[in-house]
Amino acid sequence: METDAPMSLNTSAKTLPATGSEHSATAPVSIHDMTVAYHRKPVLWDIDLDFPKGKLTGLVGPNGAGKSTLIKAVLDLVPKASGRVTVFGQPYQRQRHLVSYVPQRESVDWDFPVNALDVVTMGVYGKIGWFRPVRKPHRELAMAALERVGMADYARRQISHLSGGQQQRIFLARALVQDAEIYFMDEPFAGVDAATEKAIIHLLHDLRSAGKTVAVVHHDLQTVSDYFDHLIMLNMRVVAAGPTREIFNRENLRKTYGGRLSLLDQAAQAIISQS
Amino acid sequence: MNWTMLDTWIVIAGVLSACSCSVLGNFLLLRRMSMMGDAISHAVLPGLAVGFLLTGSRSSLVMFLGAAVVGVLTAVFTQWINRFGKVDEGASMGVVFTALFAVGLVLIVQAADAVDLDPGCVLYGAIETVPLDTVQLGSLSIPRAVLTLAIVFAINLGVIIVFFKEFKICAFDEELATTLGIRSAWMHYLLMTLVAVTTVASFESVGSILVIAMLIVPPATAYLLTDRLQSMILLSLGFATLSAIGGHWSAMAVPPIFGFADTNTSGMMAVVAGLLFSFAFVFSPRQGLIARFLKPKTN
Amino acid sequence: MQFKFWILVSLLLVGAPAASADVMPLMRVLTLQDYNTRVVVVGILLLGIAAGVIGSFMLLRKRALVGDAVSHATLPGLCAAFMIMASMGGDGKWLPGLLLGALVTGGLGILMVLWIRSQTKLKEDTALGIVLSVFFGMGVSLLGIIQKMRQGHAAGLESFIYGKTASMLAGDAMLIGGAALVVITTAVLLFKEFRLLCFDEAFAKSQGWPVRALDIVMMLLVVTVTVIGLQAVGLILMIALLVIPPATARFWTEHLQTLVWLSAITGGISGLIGALASALVPNLPAGAVIVLVAAAFFVFSMLFGSRRGVVIRFFEHWKLSRKVGRQHLLRALYEWVEESSGTGPDELAAERESMGISFESLLPERSWHPRQLRRWLRDAMGQGNIYDGSDGLFHLTREGWSEARRVVRNHRLWEIYLIEYADIAPSHVDRDADMIEHVLGRAMVDELEALLRTRYPHLAMPPSPHTLSLAGGRS
Repeated sequence: METDAPMSLNTSAKTLPATGSEHSATAPVSIHDMTVAYHRKPVLWDIDLDFPKGKLTGLVGPNGAGKSTLIKAVLDLVPKASGRVTVFGQPYQRQRHLVSYVPQRESVDWDFPVNALDVVTMGVYGKIGWFRPVRKPHRELAMAALERVGMADYARRQISHLSGGQQQRIFLARALVQDAEIYFMDEPFAGVDAATEKAIIHLLHDLRSAGKTVAVVHHDLQTVSDYFDHLIMLNMRVVAAGPTREIFNRENLRKTYGGRLSLLDQAAQAIISQS
Repeated sequence: MNWTMLDTWIVIAGVLSACSCSVLGNFLLLRRMSMMGDAISHAVLPGLAVGFLLTGSRSSLVMFLGAAVVGVLTAVFTQWINRFGKVDEGASMGVVFTALFAVGLVLIVQAADAVDLDPGCVLYGAIETVPLDTVQLGSLSIPRAVLTLAIVFAINLGVIIVFFKEFKICAFDEELATTLGIRSAWMHYLLMTLVAVTTVASFESVGSILVIAMLIVPPATAYLLTDRLQSMILLSLGFATLSAIGGHWSAMAVPPIFGFADTNTSGMMAVVAGLLFSFAFVFSPRQGLIARFLKPKTN
Repeated sequence: MQFKFWILVSLLLVGAPAASADVMPLMRVLTLQDYNTRVVVVGILLLGIAAGVIGSFMLLRKRALVGDAVSHATLPGLCAAFMIMASMGGDGKWLPGLLLGALVTGGLGILMVLWIRSQTKLKEDTALGIVLSVFFGMGVSLLGIIQKMRQGHAAGLESFIYGKTASMLAGDAMLIGGAALVVITTAVLLFKEFRLLCFDEAFAKSQGWPVRALDIVMMLLVVTVTVIGLQAVGLILMIALLVIPPATARFWTEHLQTLVWLSAITGGISGLIGALASALVPNLPAGAVIVLVAAAFFVFSMLFGSRRGVVIRFFEHWKLSRKVGRQHLLRALYEWVEESSGTGPDELAAERESMGISFESLLPERSWHPRQLRRWLRDAMGQGNIYDGSDGLFHLTREGWSEARRVVRNHRLWEIYLIEYADIAPSHVDRDADMIEHVLGRAMVDELEALLRTRYPHLAMPPSPHTLSLAGGRS
């Protein structure tokens, strides 16, 4: 495994003209040489990349490839063994207000006694500041965000009484209400219905037209070329990163998914010929 | 300090009680139910009280039965509240055992004039009085508590040995156990019954609250040192024995160093068990603080 | 009004022992004429409120039993403080000193729990058990030493284990009430921060909230409440005051603010009654009374709570199974008509009148138990969906027919949805079928209807004009 690593890194470097130690100072998010380990077992090696501004970037890779971990490490939710993250050229810690996060739906207890509006309002807690209670203007902001995801009718509903897709939309609304520049979303399409999937895509396009930068962890290879302009293919290290139509090919898929692609091969073939 | 025959009997009672608890505690720990041991050891109080009020004796079968029933009820009620009330498991336990303990406390206090059972004695026992109450067994005169504890220990050990693989698989994967045709619910209630009975048998010696120390701490210590269930159980028995002996010795030997009189044994047993745990916590060859600190980083 | 009611309850609870007591002190206590009693009662009321408030957050953070470890861990601190104060020639039972000692070891206990959990493979419950029992053992050992000390005896310390408000002085109660007020105020000020922390820690962290510091503040509040509750409730039962009121409140609400309010009220009332009872019957452990009152609230709420009570949920389940049973019956009748007539869906309506089915031929249509089927039939007749014709056969009425058609249509749409969207569907399919437009949206339903006509013609049926109005008017 470990002897394999440097070699693969070399090959990935070839397909990756965009990465390397040179980072654009204006990139919304740059990850500099980041390694992450859980209990001393590395899960991400030497990640070094830029997220391009105003683009929808997809993060794909097999289970356990470290897609969610990458996002969490960028957001300081898991400790980094090395490396740093800059946002518009400044350290992330100082630019936190520009970054918004949509966690996986399973990460919270949906039985929690709050309604949809309460959850969305959490997005403006940072603006409200310490000790001050939530007031009407904050709720109105949250209501507007709910409107944007088509959930205004459900504002007063307890969150356990919402379907999976609706819960996901609540999370999106919570991110929207922050009015950030950069959005990190962890599997927003997992287990949602067709209507929600369409709504989310619509929203992502809106964000892109507004010049926002969006990074999405995704696991459905079939929709990758439809949804994302930019792609990061990940398997503990960056296998390829670049515009989707340039790097989403069989060769890179094989490198990302390894032997498991035998199963995916036909599907992938179909997708690529289709796009 | 002078060691007498009385001290030997005290230590024997302590060791038997500690081992009876530890052997069960291993499975509580693996099933993530350590706090259930805590809950049951609190909750048997009303059972004890009622049994005691009915018979007026501390050693009656009625009292054992009463406590065993209440112990199992604790497990049943907790499960009901968890399932039907959709209350978090820890909270369900908290509701059940405090309510039962409160009932027991009121019963005892109200009956305090009539009977000789004070809550303090239930909580932290009176191991020092163990050798005074003896029964004649052939030509041998042994303390009644020692006899009771020996029987309980034998039962616990016997049940664990007979159902070893069933307990093991239930602790590992309850659903798998069910698909293999093992009644995991029965195993659960069997374990709970044994815990309750052990608590009652031990309440005179280590006290019902300190039963929890012996249920949890020696198995946890063993858990840090080994990965195999058999060796974990054996190690936990070893630590339980050490805690009992060390507890009694230090109860007599340590306070005088600071110029105090001796103290009670059951408290010191828990303290010694805690010390043993701290040693394992720091020095365990694979999981101790030191080992983990020294382990080279992988990158 | 409410107040008088609770006094009545407290009288019932302590009735037996109180009956023997003199009537005059009873009245004095209940009317709070005595200054000392008044202060003590208010102090414990505030304690109950504080515990109810902070306990709500602990319950939602799934840390309900942490308070148990904390309260047991206070004993060595109490004893050590006593020994230090006594050996320095002091009183030994000076409350602020004792509570400070308790605060130190209680806090230490919590840190140990967190440390053991993060540094070993032991789970939280084991870490709690270890800290709880070892610290308590330490306390018991120190208590053993104190009992044999020459300076002052430890009789007063016992009340910290079981709780005894009778011996409390106005000064003690003021200290307790003051600390409780501080806890309540802090929790109210940090309400929104705590809500965020309990619901979604990762998000809070990504927003730049100092999650760890907030966590520590919350733990500090728990330790404080526990420590000030020792004298009134006792360390063994203190956990009850942190757990039972919030668990009780949870049965009545789905809203955090209401939960905290209800929990505070429950905690406050329990504390109040406990304090009164203890003042009336000096040797009655106040902690036990407080817990029993709270437990009575809990049992009542678990049964009759308006949101998650067992009775209401049982009733809803019963209603649902009745509805499903009725729908099964209607579907079976419709499909039987459909099959035996052999004509297209448009002509079916006309044939409905003439077609009836006997009980015996209906029975094998589904896996019904005869008694069950009879019940559904009776139910459907009561609703006017079917009638028992003069021929001894069961017929669908006009309403029954359109209702059956609606049920069958929705059922078939759901089935197609399951086939077409197999990857995501299972979590969205509501077999109850009534809410299809509501769950999937109009556009999706239209699409499914089109599919039904083109791809699965054998299941097809025209959308009836009644369907929408009926679906709209459904509960």
